[in-house]
Amino acid sequence: MGFVSPPLRLTEGQYRTIVAHCYDGLPDEACGLLTGPAVDDEPLGPVTEARPCRNEDKSARTYRIDSRDFMSTLRAAEARGEAIVGGWHSHTHTDAYPSPTDVAQAEAYPAWFYVLVSLRDGAPVMRAYRIRGGTVAECRVVLDR
Amino acid sequence: MYTRDVPVEVRLPTLLRPHAGGAASVTAEGATVGDVFADLAARYPGLSDQLVDESGSIHKFVNVYRNDDDVRYLDQLDTKVTDGDVISILPAVAGG
Repeated sequence: MGFVSPPLRLTEGQYRTIVAHCYDGLPDEACGLLTGPAVDDEPLGPVTEARPCRNEDKSARTYRIDSRDFMSTLRAAEARGEAIVGGWHSHTHTDAYPSPTDVAQAEAYPAWFYVLVSLRDGAPVMRAYRIRGGTVAECRVVLDR
Repeated sequence: MYTRDVPVEVRLPTLLRPHAGGAASVTAEGATVGDVFADLAARYPGLSDQLVDESGSIHKFVNVYRNDDDVRYLDQLDTKVTDGDVISILPAVAGG
């Protein structure tokens, strides 16, 4: 069984921030967090900030969002009455699809959007997913000007 | 140096609440974060494995904060706590 998800709404600026941070992170994976309004942790509306974070793993194969970046992002979101509504990371040599590790780790934040950016080919490929109970469902990414 | 046990609030993420009777926040006592975790483990045995690994270090996929500071950048489990501190446990955001 899948689940119904609203699209992920990003501004073009946020899209650029995410993709640029992914390229800047090469050869390692890059990662970051998305904030926005939420009710009971459920994202509700457009993303308000795409915040680049450090990859503690400094690895081309894995990522772990720097714990200090995580806390500062959380506090900034709370100050706006918002929540962290998702995260992104790059796959440097594979598809923009969650790996088994990504699916297992997503259990911690089941309401989030998970954005994958593949840098495998000439142009970046961004796709977004909801991941709950081991089920991966793709959702549309809508870019607002 | 003499240290005394103080009560602190420990905030638990959704994922760990079933191990603590469903509570979002519990009070535990200790002079350090490690003491506080030991106190928690005595009452909620299921919580222990989620917080500390086999080698006795903070579990790889958990971030532990004293107020807003990750204790890994302080004194790990030896990080001292004082009355009124809040210990927040947040699952790490990680993957491959």
